[in-house]
Amino acid sequence: MVDIPYEGIRGIPPAEVPDVELYHPRSWWTRYVFSQDAKVIAVQYSLTATAIGLVALVLSWLMRLQLGFPGTFSFIDANQYLQFITMHGMIMVIYLLTALFLGGFGNYLIPLMVGARDMVFPYVNMLSYWVYLLAVLVLASTFFVPGGPTGAGWTLYPPQAILSGTPGQDWGIILMMSSLILFIIGFTMGGLNYVVTVLQARTRGMTLMRLPLTVWGIFTATVMALLAFPALFVASVMLLLDRLLGTSFFMPSLVEMGTLSKYGGGSPLLFQHLFWFFGHPEVYIVALPAFGIVSDLISTHARKNIFGYRMMVWAIVAIGALSFIVWAHHMYVSGMFPQFGYFFATTTLIIAIPTAIKVYNWVLTLWRGDIHLTVPMLFALGFIITFVNGGLTGLFLGNVVVDVPLSDTMFVVAHFHMVMGVAPIMVVLGAIYHWYPKVTGRMLNETLGKFHFWVTFLGAYLIFFPMHYLGLLGVPRRYFELGDATFIPSSAHSLNAFISVVALTVGFSQMVFLFNLAWSLFKGEPSGGNPWRATTLEWQTPETPPGHGNWGKELPVVYRWAYDYSVPGAAEDFIPQNQPPRATQLAQGAAS
Amino acid sequence: MAETLLTDPGQSPARLEGWRGIAADWASDQRAFKNVSWGKAMMWIFLLSDTFIFSCFLLSYMTARMSTTVPWPNPSEVFALNIAGKHIPLILIAIMTFILISSSGTMAMAVNFGYRRDRVRTAILMLVTAAFGATFVGMQAFEWTKLIMEGVRPWGNPWGAPQFGASFFMITGFHGTHVTIGVIFLIAIARKVFRGDFDVERRGFFTSRKGYYEIVEITGLYWHFVDLVWVFIFAFFYLW
Repeated sequence: MVDIPYEGIRGIPPAEVPDVELYHPRSWWTRYVFSQDAKVIAVQYSLTATAIGLVALVLSWLMRLQLGFPGTFSFIDANQYLQFITMHGMIMVIYLLTALFLGGFGNYLIPLMVGARDMVFPYVNMLSYWVYLLAVLVLASTFFVPGGPTGAGWTLYPPQAILSGTPGQDWGIILMMSSLILFIIGFTMGGLNYVVTVLQARTRGMTLMRLPLTVWGIFTATVMALLAFPALFVASVMLLLDRLLGTSFFMPSLVEMGTLSKYGGGSPLLFQHLFWFFGHPEVYIVALPAFGIVSDLISTHARKNIFGYRMMVWAIVAIGALSFIVWAHHMYVSGMFPQFGYFFATTTLIIAIPTAIKVYNWVLTLWRGDIHLTVPMLFALGFIITFVNGGLTGLFLGNVVVDVPLSDTMFVVAHFHMVMGVAPIMVVLGAIYHWYPKVTGRMLNETLGKFHFWVTFLGAYLIFFPMHYLGLLGVPRRYFELGDATFIPSSAHSLNAFISVVALTVGFSQMVFLFNLAWSLFKGEPSGGNPWRATTLEWQTPETPPGHGNWGKELPVVYRWAYDYSVPGAAEDFIPQNQPPRATQLAQGAAS
Repeated sequence: MAETLLTDPGQSPARLEGWRGIAADWASDQRAFKNVSWGKAMMWIFLLSDTFIFSCFLLSYMTARMSTTVPWPNPSEVFALNIAGKHIPLILIAIMTFILISSSGTMAMAVNFGYRRDRVRTAILMLVTAAFGATFVGMQAFEWTKLIMEGVRPWGNPWGAPQFGASFFMITGFHGTHVTIGVIFLIAIARKVFRGDFDVERRGFFTSRKGYYEIVEITGLYWHFVDLVWVFIFAFFYLW
């Protein structure tokens, strides 16, 4: 054997990434449009996700109009209602929350928080956004094709997803599957970047156990997404083949509109297994970044170190691992072999342990903290309260015997909106109030922010809390109208009307938030580099907003964890991660 | 928690062996996988994700095969060829497998010559690998044509369960796409090697980053993965 000199380290010297390895934009187009800078890509991701999310918000208003005042609005028919439900769910879960947390916050915060100049492969990162945008455009185009978007429900269960009689059978379902495939391809390109950046591109002194929990949450969620999206990819390809080529992967032989269909021998359960092998981790792909971000919000705004940092990290990792073996709790009533239910109920309930650890640690971080009721803090508190509520109803639905009667009722709708709808959105909003000053250099208006918070938080509770009672009464989900069913009392109809009014009010308050975003961009109070007096690296950049390459001439060096708030004897009530020990001692000397 | 441990950039710390070494690497700053470049780490993680895709495809196929109520066509008969008057089962697949495994051999040699900075041999071996790959895809096209002529369609076939054709076209098609992409990448990288891009550290057209001979190894990782996947497809689809 010839001794071959190993050159793996070439290109990435230990202490510094050479500036020349950064892509330097040469024109307006490569700076702001086809940008390879993770910060610009993050803003692009966020704006696109918000835009398509607004579509989903409007769809939810239309659904609530129909549910609250059935028969009043002639422009909503039963087919459209199913299409609204489907698109609302799909957009909110995948195109808004996943894209915003990983593509938006991930792109912005990971390089800044780990002390890197950019993602490791900026070009691939840029492609990730453009493929995502294409996926969103394909999805949005379904509103304009003949037959409209698919109305199969966001779970897209075959056989009904591709049979005639389901709205959007012509084009909607085909474009939906194509859009999902594109989304997964785009996400993979971004996700590989996030994972490698966290693992291999941290700055000097930044060990994994010094990472802010935000990075831990986004990192773990990205790893999970890279392993869970393949199942959705495969399910989408196979469903597309069933629809386009007439294969029968998921389609049993059945009678369609009075005639025997061309399909035969396929397994609808197979789709459900594939879908939920993706679908359940997806819940935590959305939740884990929220867990991470909210930990940082609470610690910063309570001026106190996070309680049990190591346990918080391990809880994130444990939740991520466990979430891959619980998927069939979505299938208790699907005709799966019933005894599987025991296994999946057990694993599902075990997840409550790491989750409870996290909730206790958040509360214990607040305990005797110097709590500043800023807007981000309000949203963080709102998150804890909605998340605990949703988590507790999760214990109901995780048990087979309790789940069976509650399946397909409004109870389920209330549960998942509380736990993975409202709760992560609370964190998204809090995080925007928290990091907007870093992105733009200006503060968001606090009065408008508090108004936004109280209407959103109280409103969301008023929407989803009563829904549990509707579910316990047996009000089914996904029904266009309830009709004259005798088991539904008239009070349920009044409650539905009430929920709809609140939903429209909450929707209105989001417009106030959008106004605040636009207004503060020009008229907001200048924030300075570190308005929250936070310790993490992104607040220590030489410029605000951070310039190209993030750090000026030299990368920061990290000397401590991310949670040195209110350290006894220190001059300030926070010590940035990159402050050398000697400087701290000097400050202490000056203070005493 | 406020400890100030910092690895000295000037010297590389002594490496611990075994699990202690792994723990030390993961507890350290900057990189969890020491000596692993960004590109190589990214390829490994991509392959992990791709493994899940192929696993889902194969598991779905096995589910279909096990749950079908009509008989599954016998692969050794379906994939038999009559050569010189002899009926030889699975012969084409055997040759295809042999070719693909051989291409892994030439790829490994290309990686070796790449690190020796032997431009010409590296490029030639990569092109040989690409040729093997293209041959494989060509034989797959022949196999598809033969089956289609015999009446196999994604929605049915003359011998039994319709999922046979569906799974066959889907899985071999998806794998064949991987091989084709690999061939394209091999040719592109071979051209860069031959031109000496990695000796003069010429910048990439899209990424404007310098290239290194390591890219040969990264391409090789992908190529070996595609081969390995084929071994599983061969075992589960053709030999079962």
